[in-house]
Amino acid sequence: MLQQYTLGKATASYPDVPYEEKERLFREVKEDPRYEDFLYGCYECGICVSACPSARFYDYSPRVIAQAMAREDVERFYEILAEDIWNCAQCFSCVRCPRQNNPGGLVTLIREVAVRNGIQETRDVLQGYTRVIYKVMLKGNQVSPDMLQPDFFPDWGPWVSSFRGNMEVWRQAIPVDTLRGVTDAAWRTADNTLRELYTIWFETGNLDIIEEVDEGLYELLLDVMEEELEDWE
Amino acid sequence: MTATSFIPIDSILEKKSRPVRPTPGQAHAHDIREELFELEAKGEIIVHRVPEPYVEVETKFGRKKKIPIEHTWHHKSCGQCGHIPGYTASIFWLHRQFGLDYTDPIDQTSCTGWNYYASGTSNAVAQMAVMSRNFAAAYEEGYYPLIHCGTSFGHYKEVREQLVHHKELRDQTRRVLEKLGKPLVIPEEIVHYSEWIHVMRHRIAERQVVDMSHIKACVHPACHYHKIVVEDAIYDKEIYGGQRTATVTGLLQALGIEVADYSTWFDCCGFGFRHVLVQRDFTRSFAVMRKIEVMIDEVQPDVTVTHDTGCVTTLDKSQFAAKAHERRVGVPVLSDAQIAALAMGAHPFRVVQLHWHSTDWRPLMEKLGIDWEYYWNEFQEDLEAIRRGEAIMTWEKADGVAIQPN
Repeated sequence: MLQQYTLGKATASYPDVPYEEKERLFREVKEDPRYEDFLYGCYECGICVSACPSARFYDYSPRVIAQAMAREDVERFYEILAEDIWNCAQCFSCVRCPRQNNPGGLVTLIREVAVRNGIQETRDVLQGYTRVIYKVMLKGNQVSPDMLQPDFFPDWGPWVSSFRGNMEVWRQAIPVDTLRGVTDAAWRTADNTLRELYTIWFETGNLDIIEEVDEGLYELLLDVMEEELEDWE
Repeated sequence: MTATSFIPIDSILEKKSRPVRPTPGQAHAHDIREELFELEAKGEIIVHRVPEPYVEVETKFGRKKKIPIEHTWHHKSCGQCGHIPGYTASIFWLHRQFGLDYTDPIDQTSCTGWNYYASGTSNAVAQMAVMSRNFAAAYEEGYYPLIHCGTSFGHYKEVREQLVHHKELRDQTRRVLEKLGKPLVIPEEIVHYSEWIHVMRHRIAERQVVDMSHIKACVHPACHYHKIVVEDAIYDKEIYGGQRTATVTGLLQALGIEVADYSTWFDCCGFGFRHVLVQRDFTRSFAVMRKIEVMIDEVQPDVTVTHDTGCVTTLDKSQFAAKAHERRVGVPVLSDAQIAALAMGAHPFRVVQLHWHSTDWRPLMEKLGIDWEYYWNEFQEDLEAIRRGEAIMTWEKADGVAIQPN
């Protein structure tokens, strides 16, 4: 029994990653100024788990995240970083916590650290997602009509094909001036507004973050944004 | 598992010597406006005041929140504008029918919160700068932000808390805004459009032309509306005894709709931000098994009504594939803005844009006594005229009451 315990969470699940590296990543999460707003200790009551949608479909527990962070269990933290964080639905149902913890917020911070450090599991998870990053960083919109393609949304049924066949004319048939006819963005955005957005990405280091996830995407974004900002200046 | 590298004992002892922050009372459940005004007095920020006329409503813990009626700067939602344009059009249409002053800006970006919650490919200061740039644009234009998206609303509430409580983040954000030549502006209240609908609900009901008293609806309260910065959502002792948010339900009751309760009302819709885009097995399963099927089994609603981009998308679009698995589905999903617009007689296609919805809405229209085929044929003529290059859709065509009183 004792042997089972000592070979449990006190041991490293990722022995190839040095403990010091795991601890460095843990400290990076903890040093975020928002960390103290999200963690106040844990009663182990499980209210967060009972409210959590991801806990119903994945081997995932917001309680474990709050506990591991509060106990400063570096090995468990690394497992969470590598295996758990992308299961979270970020709905923040877990903030029902009577201690006012915010496990969803902790996940946000851990995700940021995983992205900034180019953790391989995170790069893998985000591989199919980069076209969305491209859209949001260049157009200032998360989604646009031209992203609704049957190949990407087969489970949404024949409606998607019907939409694709009518996209141009349906978009013309919207009375809202800023939407009418726009298909590559959600609404028409002023050029200067987008240049201000690009400036924000540069000034806050957000563009550098993308490099850790996808170098090709980073180069593409860099080219477009630099050219736009040069013209502006 | 055969790993044997143990945690160094020194590390454990060092950790035990540092307790976590112990006091739940220090969590941010307070009226943030006091701190906003203090920061303004120090010259750190500009607080954008809610313009008159406004209505005061109670929030979860009783503080009065000001909801502006007009002079609003419409912070649009990328998901609504991109994939559910009748949602956006209905919000504007309602403003126009009441003759209220508003602006629909092109100097607006998304909050980028959907991406942030989906991928973590941003950071605190970038999120604060995006928010503050939008708020500065509204302030400079002289209109007050009205947030269309539930996620933008929740995200901005949380980002505002962080901006107020962390000087280093505030200073960094201000430096970024200085590069843009913009002041650091924070609104006195962060207001969601569904809060505007809530305070307008009796005026909407006064102009109702479509009888909805025989309709049964389930309400899905949007997570990012009432779960992020929980104290800043509208509650009303007359609605659910003040135990759940009053938005959406208040409107439906005012319109005479029977709001039917179901056991999983608190559950999220399954959107998941990342999941809905690239891992929809989770989204579909949750939306169907924890929401739609529960609603059908327990109350058999005619419609599900909600107040956020992701919820409408998820609950509507997830039903098609589930049908192939012989799950119990088939409940149309609309936003409160679309229901309000239909109640006041908005054109089902020029304004409400039902053709962008997947789950069959025709039985609902028929139950409401709306001859949808007539309006669809009318809309088809609009489309033909657009195809021929003879006309475009304008507010002139879409304004006014299209549906005849029944």
